Amino acid sequence: MDALQGIRVIDFGHVLAGPWCTMQLASLGAEVIKVETRSRPDEQRAQHGHGAADNLEANSNFFEVNLGKKSVTLNLTTEQGRDLAKRLVATADIVLENMRPGVMTKLGLDYDALVKVKPDLIMLSLSGFGATGPLRRYAAYNPCFTSVGGVSHLTGYAEKKPNTMTNSGGDARAGTAAVFAALVALRFRQQTGKGSYIDSSSCEVINSMIGDQMMDFAMNGRSPKRHGNADPRMAPHGVYRCAGKDEWVSIAVGDEEEWRGLVRALGTPDWTAEPGFATAPDRKANEAALDARISAWTADKTYVEAMRLLQAEGVPATPSFKAEDLFNDPHVLARGQVEEVDHPVLGRRRTITAPYRFSETPTRIRGSAPFIGADNAEILGGGLGLSQEEMDRLAAEKVVY
Amino acid sequence: MDTLNVKVIELADFVAGPYCGKLLADFGADVIKIERPGRGDDARHLGPFKDDVPNPEASGTFLYLNTGKRSVELDIETDEGRDTLRALLRDADVLIEDQMPGELAKLGLGYEDLRALNPNLIVTSITPFGQVGPYRDYKARHLNLYHASGQGYLLPMWAINLDVPPCQGPGYLGFFDGGMAGATATLAALFWRDASGTGQHIDVSIQHAMMALERSQLRRFIDDGVSPNRTGKGRLLESLVQCSDGEFAVVILSSQQQWLGLWRAMGEPEWGMKPPFDTQKGRSDNYAELRARLNEWAGTVTQDELFHAIQREGSAAAPILTAEGVFKLAQFRERGHFVTIDHPVAGPLEYIGQPTRPVGIDLPAKRRAPLLGEHTEEVLAQLRDRAPARQSV
Repeated sequence: MDALQGIRVIDFGHVLAGPWCTMQLASLGAEVIKVETRSRPDEQRAQHGHGAADNLEANSNFFEVNLGKKSVTLNLTTEQGRDLAKRLVATADIVLENMRPGVMTKLGLDYDALVKVKPDLIMLSLSGFGATGPLRRYAAYNPCFTSVGGVSHLTGYAEKKPNTMTNSGGDARAGTAAVFAALVALRFRQQTGKGSYIDSSSCEVINSMIGDQMMDFAMNGRSPKRHGNADPRMAPHGVYRCAGKDEWVSIAVGDEEEWRGLVRALGTPDWTAEPGFATAPDRKANEAALDARISAWTADKTYVEAMRLLQAEGVPATPSFKAEDLFNDPHVLARGQVEEVDHPVLGRRRTITAPYRFSETPTRIRGSAPFIGADNAEILGGGLGLSQEEMDRLAAEKVVY
Repeated sequence: MDTLNVKVIELADFVAGPYCGKLLADFGADVIKIERPGRGDDARHLGPFKDDVPNPEASGTFLYLNTGKRSVELDIETDEGRDTLRALLRDADVLIEDQMPGELAKLGLGYEDLRALNPNLIVTSITPFGQVGPYRDYKARHLNLYHASGQGYLLPMWAINLDVPPCQGPGYLGFFDGGMAGATATLAALFWRDASGTGQHIDVSIQHAMMALERSQLRRFIDDGVSPNRTGKGRLLESLVQCSDGEFAVVILSSQQQWLGLWRAMGEPEWGMKPPFDTQKGRSDNYAELRARLNEWAGTVTQDELFHAIQREGSAAAPILTAEGVFKLAQFRERGHFVTIDHPVAGPLEYIGQPTRPVGIDLPAKRRAPLLGEHTEEVLAQLRDRAPARQSV
């Protein structure tokens, strides 16, 4: 059974954050209909690495955030396209869009317009800075959200420059928070019958996920600094080079039991008798010396071996896993965190599943990423009742396009 | 007033489980937090503290993560404590728990026991590696999960070489990811239960939640058979620059269009339209020199001037904000990103608000975090009041 059985989502999302949200809704059981157009295809279809792609169906990044969706093509710059979009919205529960603020209003497809055709509509608008405020029209890509959201300043090593993180973490979190928001709204609708509108700013979402780090400023007027892998109190607390190429194991010792476990694993029980390592503050004060000794132990082991030996003694330790190891990791595979999905162009390939296991309503990948317009016949023909002649005419007029 | 009309019991510590509870409490759910007598949640002891004076009632980490909850001191290691917990769970909608797999079952509070007690209960377990799989008993702190998820290996992004060790992300971001996954799944389960279903058990692995968030990068291994690393992506995307006030900013370089806006903002320097800097490929091939020139210009303007000058030309750039910068940003202030909450010990403080507030839903005012055991009497009294009615059924 699907948790969101019977819920229909109209997805005007593009690039990352929007599609990310609706893909998760699909994995929870919603029917997601992506509205897109060949006149301006989703950048994730059309751009690949160094420039424009000649095949709109060959982009693995598009695949990664559009699994299990249906696709219809509607050119929203045409009046008929917009009318059809509204007719679709009238059949839906949730609408998502992540155009630049103002664009949906110009198209006559903003919340005020759509709620007229679907009074209990839930609509989510995602943007970098939000739909209101002086910066609402500013351009924002992932590094902008992480920078304005305060995480770039806190990422990286203390002695080095701030770091904007990877090029999807901010979008991914904005998309994930939007799933949460959609479900809050759905729950409210279930309780009260009322729909709602959510204007979500990626910068704000990201910042709220380090809201604890903002408290020192609220209390003391101090801005926290980045500290790499280190912890203000714990030692050892870092990554240590292992035998394999660019292999590192992370170790975080937080109490006396773990410290005793560490020296057991390393076979160096005499360390506990050294005054420099007697207490946690001592170990923190002598962290560099301690780190050097641990590195000597990890140097001739693979990172998986180091993890096993340390965890066997109750020490929190994990490899800094690479993609290749994750896709082949026994734990990842045993939990079903990776599945294979067929795609007509990309072939059969592995991908990562939704991150929650439900005992009664398991999530599932409902299908591959759709070809552009793959579901026009079912959704516009069967669903909205357009005849074949109308469909042909609308295609010729580049409305269904 | 609209609230998430649910009763949640939170048996969780520190960040991940409590963030899950906070996300529900901020929308008005009645979240009852079970805390160890005397000591309470570990986050009470972490800080930051006003003037660095430790006080378990005024730890910034705790205050932020526990807004809107009630606190009950209960020792679930005792029979009496477990009986009280069972009584609380009998009519609860959700249990959020973060004990290591199997620990609750040892206490007679495993999922099967709880289902027998209350078939409508949704039990959301949030642990480092989840309830099943060979690493289920492995211990992991934030550092370890960041690295185990594949996210750490990709940081710091744009490292000059692989001698820069991989790095964890900021704050407790990965734990927040776990809590967000838990809250999302919990709401989906509530929706299904009240549409046509029953309670159920949700198993969240924080490692899985974080790994899923990195899918757009990790898939590059499936494409090429080579694991991506922290030295970059082999193409021109952005550059970090330092401005005249010493602050940092990021400028986006991902396309010719982005470049043109940036070039205009710089005052249309001649070199920007000449080879090799006139094409995306040329700029990419001469990235070090490009960065030097961008930094040279950035050194003549403040962070704020750079941000607005580039955005006015339609291209993307952003200031790298410290906490101070965040609190000063007019955009955040105007949108109600901050909310002042008073607290009997910590006093009034500006907190980061809940960013995805639905318009048209009349949410309750944001409520402060509880004192340790503040609601023990109140909650136990409610249980006593309800007990006779239950017996008569």
